[in-house]
Amino acid sequence: MVGIVGYGAYIPRYRIKVEEIAKVWGADAPSYKKGLMLREKSVPGPDQDVITIAVEAARNAMKRAGISGEKVGAIYVGSESHPYAVKPSGTAVAEVIGAVNDCHCADLSFACKAGSEGMFLAYGLVKSGEVEYAFGIGADTSQGAPGDALEYSAAAGGAAFLMGTKNVVATLDCQYSYMSDTPDFWRREYMHYPRHAGRFTGDMAYFKHVRGGVEGLLKKAGAKPKDFKYIVFHQPNGKFPVRMAKDLGFSDDQVKTGLLVPTLGNTYSGASPLGLSAILDEAKPGDAILMCSFGSGAGSDGFIFTATKALPKVQGRAKKTRDYLDTNPFYLDYGTYVKFRRKIRKNVED
Amino acid sequence: MRDVAIIGIGMTDFGELWNDSLRDLFVKAALEAMDDAGVDHIDGLVAGCMSPGLFAGQEHIGSLLADYLGQAPIPGVRVESACASGGMALRTGIAYVASGMHDVVLCGGVEKMTDVSGAQATYALATAADQDAEAFHGATFPGLYALMATAHMHTYGTKREDLAQVAVKNHDNGMLNPHAQYRMKITVDQVINSVKVADPLNILDCSPITDGAAAVIICPLEMAKKLKKKPLVKITGSAHATDTIALHQRADMTWLKSTADAAASAYKQAGVKPSQIDFAEVHDCFTIAEICVLEALGVVKKGQGGKATREGLTARDGKFPVNPSGGLKSKGHPVGATGIAQIHEIVTQLRGDAGKRQLKGVKRGLAQNMGGSGGSAVVHILEVL
Repeated sequence: MVGIVGYGAYIPRYRIKVEEIAKVWGADAPSYKKGLMLREKSVPGPDQDVITIAVEAARNAMKRAGISGEKVGAIYVGSESHPYAVKPSGTAVAEVIGAVNDCHCADLSFACKAGSEGMFLAYGLVKSGEVEYAFGIGADTSQGAPGDALEYSAAAGGAAFLMGTKNVVATLDCQYSYMSDTPDFWRREYMHYPRHAGRFTGDMAYFKHVRGGVEGLLKKAGAKPKDFKYIVFHQPNGKFPVRMAKDLGFSDDQVKTGLLVPTLGNTYSGASPLGLSAILDEAKPGDAILMCSFGSGAGSDGFIFTATKALPKVQGRAKKTRDYLDTNPFYLDYGTYVKFRRKIRKNVED
Repeated sequence: MRDVAIIGIGMTDFGELWNDSLRDLFVKAALEAMDDAGVDHIDGLVAGCMSPGLFAGQEHIGSLLADYLGQAPIPGVRVESACASGGMALRTGIAYVASGMHDVVLCGGVEKMTDVSGAQATYALATAADQDAEAFHGATFPGLYALMATAHMHTYGTKREDLAQVAVKNHDNGMLNPHAQYRMKITVDQVINSVKVADPLNILDCSPITDGAAAVIICPLEMAKKLKKKPLVKITGSAHATDTIALHQRADMTWLKSTADAAASAYKQAGVKPSQIDFAEVHDCFTIAEICVLEALGVVKKGQGGKATREGLTARDGKFPVNPSGGLKSKGHPVGATGIAQIHEIVTQLRGDAGKRQLKGVKRGLAQNMGGSGGSAVVHILEVL
């Protein structure tokens, strides 16, 4: 049986509150908090990027899996904020975890579903027998233009999932993907920040494709919403996944464990993977989990997992997702935030 | 001049209609109007549209729409008078029919506004203000109407709650209109506590950005009588007036002179007084606008629009119902379509087809459509025969 043999999360400790951002732009913080159902977001430190986040998450996954790096036959890092336009993030991750040289590596992009794409590819390679273990990692230091609604949500974090066949902690029972060419959100070469098409990104992009992904997945698996203990969708804000879940017939109880966005923000490629890692931290053997990512452009990847008896043994082997999220936050003022995010123009020699 | 009747109406839903282009919207509304009229050919087409160039990158739409409606080579023309473009389209069509130039004319309105960003839409709309005196200096319509609201509150003691009540009342009506963009109930508190746009106006004082189209078919009254299909609606008044498009150049910022002038002319044509009108659809682009329009139409005395709204005069069960469709506030405001959508509602009410929002015993309705901050106004009076 193919499934997750190890999983790990990483979230930077830095945070900024909606009020702090709104204050600078003269915006109405309560309406943003209500509209986005989001109170604060994570911020990467000045020395953190997608590679460091992916490394931390992968290391946590390997602690849980209890395997060494040389056994990893493939690494896929999905992100919208790879540090290099040309040169992979995954090679650096592979070096740090000791997966070189006998390893297939690629960086992926598909807006916010780049992480789940890696999970899908890793699953496929292990299932085919091509490799013994494969990593699918989603991580981002998300971009949002100053003053744009995205600035209130664009956050940092990531999660890594090691797929294998031995000591599986959650079997991957069914997979379904849904896509169309829908230009709802994009960033072209040389653009610092993504652009989006306002509310078009809701109905015609997020809701259409998550609905398509979930309904296709349920049909393929012959399952119903009530069959799942936990569900997690891509969470660009608090409102979208909650409304989507309700529309599809899921309850708040099924949603709440994986819903991190109110205090995490939108970690783009890391968003639904982090929600899944938070669920795996809590799940018990036999619990069924439904995950559906979303990436603008647009598409979704749906997965059904079932926790095995091996899961409780590994949950405590690494720091849990909620521990990263809920403990030891360091709140930034806007000035420090823009310094950390390198939004301040300095002289070239500095 | 020949008397003119409305024999067909049609409109799309109003809202963020991502799957429909400008031409799709217009053709949908136009075909519905032609079906309603029972005609498969029209002699002329007049389309009201404020800014297809800035909103959709498309000009030359008179021919485009005639072609996509399958009616080329009939004469097709676009008319523009900012947000009063729809009303102007009807008035232009009436001139065609009344003069004997054409018999069956389709008068439509359309605007496709959501293919551009909010900032681009604001820019496009602000081109209806005086570029040299207003827009160049940063004035936008929420800002200009906020000045009118502030002046009205200062001069007449109009309360913040009175402004809010306009929106509350129009949402109460729009909830019952299946074509409306925002079919939800709101309260005075919600309006007053919604996001600030331009003090004293908040987001719930403002009409939204909307895609939509509406169309009516008109023909000579004598021709319409031969059809005898549905209750006949005659156009008894059609008037247009202009004013300075710059707000500050008016003697009184709270007085919509173009509306008052157009209304006076329309009343004279119809041979009626304001008290003989049963209900109205008016241009509530912002809540203060409806209050000022009530005064300019002579429905209430100058300065009394807020008080009258507070006391329920304009509610659906009031003595003078205003905006039973939900108005621009709840139904939505695809600018070029608005004037024709008002006519759609009046005909629907006069025919007794308005369902849950049907007004009782109405025989005569007035539509007031306004461009910019009142630089143009079109008033029509319709009567069911």
